[in-house]
Amino acid sequence: MAPLSLQLVNLLAAVLLLIAFAMLSQRRVLSLIRLFAWQGAALAASTIVVAHSMSQPHLYVSAVMTIVLKVLFLPWFLHRLIDRLNVRWDVETLINIPATMLVGIGLAIFAFALATPISEMASTVTRSTLGIALASVLLSFLMMIVRRKAVPQVIGFLAMENGLFFAATSATYGMPLVVEMGVALDVLVGAFVFGIFFFHIRETFDSLDIRHMEKLKQD
Amino acid sequence: MRSRCGVRAAFAIIRINIRAVLASSEPHRRTDLTPSPRTHSMDTAAFAPAQLAVGVAVFWLSIAAASLFESERLRLVNRVLFPAAAAASLALAVIGVRAIAEPAQTLLLPLGLPGLPFHLRLDPLAGFFLFLLGIGAAGISIYAAGYFERETPQRLRLIGLQYHVFLAAMALVVLADDAYLFMVAWESMAIASYFLVTTDHRLAHIRAAGFLYLLIAHVGAIAILLCFGILQGGGGIEEYTFDALRRAELTPFWATIAFVLAFAGFGAKAGMMPLHAWLPEAHPAAPSPVSALMSGIMLKTAIYGMVRVIYDLIGNVTWQWGLTVAITGALTALFGVLYALMQHDLKRLLAYHSVENIGIILIGIGLSMVFLATGHPAAATLGLIAGLYHTLNHAVFKGLLFLGAGSILHSTGLRDLNDMGGLIRRMPATAAYFLVGALAISALPPLNGFVSEWLTFQSALQAVRLSDGVLRSLVPLIAAMLALAGALTAMCFVKVYGIAFLGQRREPRHAPHAGQHSGGDAGVLERLGMGWLALWCLVLGIFPSTVVSLLDRVAVSVMGSGLPQAALDSGWLWLVPVRAEEASYAPLIFLVTVLAVFGLTFAGVRWIWHGRLRRAPPWDCGFPEQSARMQDTADAFGQPIRWIFGPIYRIRTRAPSPEDAQPRFDLKVEDRLWYALYLPIARLVEYVSARVGWLQQGRISIYLLYSFVTLIALLLFVR
Amino acid sequence: MIDAAAIAFQIVQSIFVAATAPLLLGWVNQCRCWLQNRSGPGVLQPYYVLGRLFHKEAVLAENASPLFWATPYILFGCMWLAGGIVPVLATDLPFAPAADIIALVGVFALARVFISLAALDIGTSFGGLGARREMLVGFLAEPAMLMTLFTAAFISGSTQLTTIVESLARREFAIYPSLAFAAVAFLMVLLAENARIPVDNPATHLELTMIHEAMILEYSARHLALIEWASAIKLYAYMTIGLALFVPWGIAQGGNWPALPFALAALALKLVVAGAGLALIETVSAKFRVFRAPEFLSTAFLLAVLGMLIHFLVGQ
Repeated sequence: MAPLSLQLVNLLAAVLLLIAFAMLSQRRVLSLIRLFAWQGAALAASTIVVAHSMSQPHLYVSAVMTIVLKVLFLPWFLHRLIDRLNVRWDVETLINIPATMLVGIGLAIFAFALATPISEMASTVTRSTLGIALASVLLSFLMMIVRRKAVPQVIGFLAMENGLFFAATSATYGMPLVVEMGVALDVLVGAFVFGIFFFHIRETFDSLDIRHMEKLKQD
Repeated sequence: MRSRCGVRAAFAIIRINIRAVLASSEPHRRTDLTPSPRTHSMDTAAFAPAQLAVGVAVFWLSIAAASLFESERLRLVNRVLFPAAAAASLALAVIGVRAIAEPAQTLLLPLGLPGLPFHLRLDPLAGFFLFLLGIGAAGISIYAAGYFERETPQRLRLIGLQYHVFLAAMALVVLADDAYLFMVAWESMAIASYFLVTTDHRLAHIRAAGFLYLLIAHVGAIAILLCFGILQGGGGIEEYTFDALRRAELTPFWATIAFVLAFAGFGAKAGMMPLHAWLPEAHPAAPSPVSALMSGIMLKTAIYGMVRVIYDLIGNVTWQWGLTVAITGALTALFGVLYALMQHDLKRLLAYHSVENIGIILIGIGLSMVFLATGHPAAATLGLIAGLYHTLNHAVFKGLLFLGAGSILHSTGLRDLNDMGGLIRRMPATAAYFLVGALAISALPPLNGFVSEWLTFQSALQAVRLSDGVLRSLVPLIAAMLALAGALTAMCFVKVYGIAFLGQRREPRHAPHAGQHSGGDAGVLERLGMGWLALWCLVLGIFPSTVVSLLDRVAVSVMGSGLPQAALDSGWLWLVPVRAEEASYAPLIFLVTVLAVFGLTFAGVRWIWHGRLRRAPPWDCGFPEQSARMQDTADAFGQPIRWIFGPIYRIRTRAPSPEDAQPRFDLKVEDRLWYALYLPIARLVEYVSARVGWLQQGRISIYLLYSFVTLIALLLFVR
Repeated sequence: MIDAAAIAFQIVQSIFVAATAPLLLGWVNQCRCWLQNRSGPGVLQPYYVLGRLFHKEAVLAENASPLFWATPYILFGCMWLAGGIVPVLATDLPFAPAADIIALVGVFALARVFISLAALDIGTSFGGLGARREMLVGFLAEPAMLMTLFTAAFISGSTQLTTIVESLARREFAIYPSLAFAAVAFLMVLLAENARIPVDNPATHLELTMIHEAMILEYSARHLALIEWASAIKLYAYMTIGLALFVPWGIAQGGNWPALPFALAALALKLVVAGAGLALIETVSAKFRVFRAPEFLSTAFLLAVLGMLIHFLVGQ
């Protein structure tokens, strides 16, 4: 692998992490969707770079799949969803961004500590980005925890999948194509299911605030 | 005037001594542990630092005894004893500097326990802290001579006694070479300072502050005692010398326990979070010179204890300990400065800054431990030097700032910043000295506070050498917290100086404290004391490489390794921590450039154009009704911080409603830890003691029964 | 060790920076005018303003203390020093080792503390407001700046700006993600520290929004001129620090005097582009509320810290 492509992958990994942090701190639903699309784009770009430099043709397929699914279709779908749900201008009010960021930095360091021994076992050249992949998974998880609205939670879920995908690329040059296809299908179906759920949640509670779900406990 | 000349002369002597020391010991700087014949023969003839240091302590004790003869007619304490104590402090500083360059000396006093006479030892580390004590005490004692001028003889007797016992105890803590003497000196120091804190013991809140101080000091002392116990490991009484403790072999588990005990015990004295609660109560309660002494010097004995016990006695530091120390330090620093920003009582604010500065010192020491444990002795030296340098700096500038606060209190009777304003016009000299202190504590070049923070940053930048990725990324994060704390300190002192000394005079909302208030500037002796400390702020800031080469010897004696030779060869002008290509700093060039540009511009503007000047009422965008009440108050200045860091404070406000006829705004910011940690513990203790109280039935025969049962049990036990 | 030519060059560079700093300011203002479809006063306008101010009679408030009139000179001295340390044209600066990047941040902090103190000196409400906001911006911008510089220091293994430039310019081309983060953070700090739009507006006197202007309301004539000049040098210094860190190519290496004309041309080109870029940023963005500024700056701080982490964790 030429050093330049490795550097490119590292740069894109850094961008991925940056977007994960940006999503953590973003209050607006609309901007979140945009960030999610950009994360998909960065992911696809890094996959293409790896595919090109390591001559792994099947990675092209997954890159194209990423673009179609995560850059074009899902953002479009989410846009439609928030239009239909009329939450386009929703702003999450009660998150303490600096504290979340500090926890995020702590998680990133933890992820790197965890990934170092694993990445030493891996044989790929891109293994140094494994820590970043793990970090973005954890950050997305954190995002799902701190959010109270349903749509951002789903975006967090999708972003987590992005991180997993990136981890697969950096640790083993991607999963077998069949598995990736399956995962993509799962994500797609998941998104649809979530979409349907949203409407049900709103019908039941007149709001997408998931704190209302606590009421279910008493029944 | 004569005394000022004396001070100058003494200062010159110290400078010459430093130079002589450096010159004399240059050839054998790596072999400090083995005595060199040249220096040794020179000193045994004329100079035996350990004896002299003990002599100074004894002299202080005799001054303490002499204070009891104070009377209205003699004015003994002010006219003779405080100046004499200051002179002794200067001598101690000189002794300390000499001791840094020399091999350790031990001394046995025929006092103490049977089988364990008092062991004393003067090595470079102790010498450094004696130097610090001497420099600080010299300025503070001279100041005290002026400050206590209007006290009654009855009070002066006690103040003189306790003050000098306090000084002597601090010297003995540093000199002690066995656990028994150390604890005796440590407790005398705590008790003397307790009585000094409660000088105004008729006020209930001062008694409460004193009690809190005594309580936490003793919890700390117990931890230290237990630590010595673990190190000693159950031998005879003669095993309590530091030499024996040093030899003790501990398993890693017990070593860690000993470390935790020492860290907590000394940390309690130093005001480390979360054991800091006594500090903002006790420092404001004490008279100002005593606050200066406590904050400037007494806290440093805890740092001394930490270095002595952790590096020297326990040894074999691990990086986990270092990281604990460094992270605690970083949190303490941030916590201290954030709470300082919320204060409007000047002395309380300064007390919180002591918490912050202890944090900065701990960062340096913690980093040094991390590097030492991971096998990077040069970087470890740098960290230790940074920590010790900041220790010295803090002693100087915090002493100065507390003295300045004392002068304000004396002159105006005010302690609340919200009541001050425009003091620079009434007290120009105090204002000038206070400015030096404020700039120094804000870590601004070219003063001393900057040098030590610079060194701390440099040691954090050594993180590249670490192989462990996590450790390597945590160290710069600690540096980031330090940077944040430093910038917040600058904000806080802009607030202090701007509100107290600048602006227009505010009308006090609270009646000034009782007593006569001159309203004018500080007296000659007070100015002399502040000037002395301000001078050291400048000297320590301008000639850092001299200080660093002294500290390098201390580091060599503590860790057995020093800075790389390249760093020491760089000359007196340049401060170089590792290599000249990596980093360097030359405060003198810095200062000269700014001053030269200042002068040239000042002259040039007048030469090219003109120097015409007209005085007029303030412009203020043409608003004519401007009054002193429209200025920012201390609380207003801290408002953005309150807004940003809201969750860490316990804030209670009462804002007026729109219909209020007499609108009032109340704001109370309190320490969350007090409610989250201290009060629950207090409640627990009360609960337990209420249960134990059941034992006290009030009948003599029951008490006799207790004694009887105990006696029987003991007899059975020893059988 | 230090030869006369180098010292002469050091002095020449300091004078060069001080002399051309208003030009950069004029260029930025001119670009802003063009972007806003105005014709603009020409790039030399700052010089005329300075000249006019120096000619006027100084008016000082009745209760001003010596600190008040000394501050403009101190400010000017600090900025002059900063301008002398940054490798603008060549790295062969004998006095540059006197202050490394940490000390450079210290110089800016010193200037900020003094101007804030001076603002509080007269005791007007505007002064207090300005000083409070300036310190609010400063306490977040300073650590962010320090962390940005630390990233560069970690990459090049030195905190000397000249050494950093030499090692960054000489290394073979490589993409440093950490440096990219640092660059963004640095840009944000630059905007905040130099009182530019989104954080402050250099052209406003509206009390709700002004920061820097609120502090210097009481100054007039030569004192005001020195402060304005010092701010121009500050902007220049910040821009050249940015250029030195992130586009170091073209700066003459130690002792290579023939490369100077080329370095001058490169500097002019870079500053023209950077000035136009600054004007563009200022035109397309709107000013924040004062309380959005901390968020802006903590983002910068976070970016800088992330950059540093990535440098350590990805490991180049």
